Amino acid sequence: MRRLGVDSVPIALFIAVFTGAVPMYFVGALVGKTIMMELGPVLTGMALAGRVGASIAAELGTMKVTEQVDALETLAYDRNSYLIVPRVLAATLMFPVVTAFAMSVGVFSGWITAINLLDLSSPDFLKGLKLFYRFKDIWFGLIKSASFGAAVALMGCLRGLDAQAGAAGVGLSTTRAVVLGCEAILVLDAFWALVLL
Amino acid sequence: MIRLQHLTKSFGAKQVLNGLCLEVPDGRNTVVIGGSGSGKSVTLKLIAGLLEPDAGQVEVDGEVVQTMDRSELAALRGRIGYVFQFAALFDSMTVAQNIGLGLVKQGYDEATIARRVEESLAVVELSGTEDRYPAELSGGMRKRVGIARAIALKPRYILYDEPTTGLDPITSAVMDDLMRRTRDLGVTGLVVTHDMRSAFSVGDRIAMLHCGAIRQVGTVEEIQATDDPVVRQFIEGRPGAALPMPAGGSPE
Repeated sequence: MRRLGVDSVPIALFIAVFTGAVPMYFVGALVGKTIMMELGPVLTGMALAGRVGASIAAELGTMKVTEQVDALETLAYDRNSYLIVPRVLAATLMFPVVTAFAMSVGVFSGWITAINLLDLSSPDFLKGLKLFYRFKDIWFGLIKSASFGAAVALMGCLRGLDAQAGAAGVGLSTTRAVVLGCEAILVLDAFWALVLL
Repeated sequence: MIRLQHLTKSFGAKQVLNGLCLEVPDGRNTVVIGGSGSGKSVTLKLIAGLLEPDAGQVEVDGEVVQTMDRSELAALRGRIGYVFQFAALFDSMTVAQNIGLGLVKQGYDEATIARRVEESLAVVELSGTEDRYPAELSGGMRKRVGIARAIALKPRYILYDEPTTGLDPITSAVMDDLMRRTRDLGVTGLVVTHDMRSAFSVGDRIAMLHCGAIRQVGTVEEIQATDDPVVRQFIEGRPGAALPMPAGGSPE
């Protein structure tokens, strides 16, 4: 959980700072809405798909080609419950935590940008932020990010355990894990939009 | 006893095993020799239930491995130790954790695990390396830790996959000695190798795997005196056309 979640905070916050700064002309309401419902979860998910998905696929791929996965099984461990389930659970729990950080920093960054570059006052920004705010917006973003976490970790595990022998095989599995993770995020994003909005 | 009956295994178009039959008697070391890609490692993986045969069956102590459910397979693996070609130690764990992992799964308490780890490391003459990581060990030491991990479970059988490959002659001799000592402890060994010096040193019986089936089985003396041209060529390491590879070669 530390590796999948806490260590991923810097990249998520880096993206969030610039995400919050970009929509400066929409101020307040749109900063909050876009970051909580879309940009926060999706961009954080994409960044973590690269970081976490690749890390899992490379680790499990290396274990596979060096027979460590076979060794686990000969010691009577089930590969799914020992290698896949903990990673998927950790990512499902930690992606929303990282996303919540990213949302907060993104909104904060939008506020700083608005008052410094648009000559908007803080009360005006906050008023806009509250204008169309619904509590559901935050949960919507966090539920999505939990599903993104599960998908990214699952793709990383499945691609990693499917790695073919050699460094090239592990590299290919890692690339596939990242691509599939990003694709899964986009598909899930559309799915949740249909289900929750 | 391990009994392999008419095993057939292919990977895509590559036929690796083609009707392999072999009996591995208890309390002795049986060595399977054969060229690279002849299916020796695949045979071990079939015995441990890591691969499924296309046809035929593997019997261990009278039970058919292919029909076992998950819990029966776990119980079987508690009776079989497996020493991998490149040791397959878990990089993120210390030597002690590597050796203790199987014992943790079997539910032993911490004190028993620590004692078994210590005993196993003493057998392979690596006492004091408990807290080291695999990356800090030489190739020979890693293989010995692999043996320690296998014997810590006090298995009935140990499957050795190319135990001396890549080792210097002295470390190879140490490995051979370990395999003989393990047999003397009552453990049945099945060793696959193409190292003839090791095969003659360790084996009570030697079986030659060729073109997916057993070409000849016998004692060390019988194999050394064989007049089968294929076996003769292999044990003497002579180049020539008498040792065709299985069609398309094969992964081991």
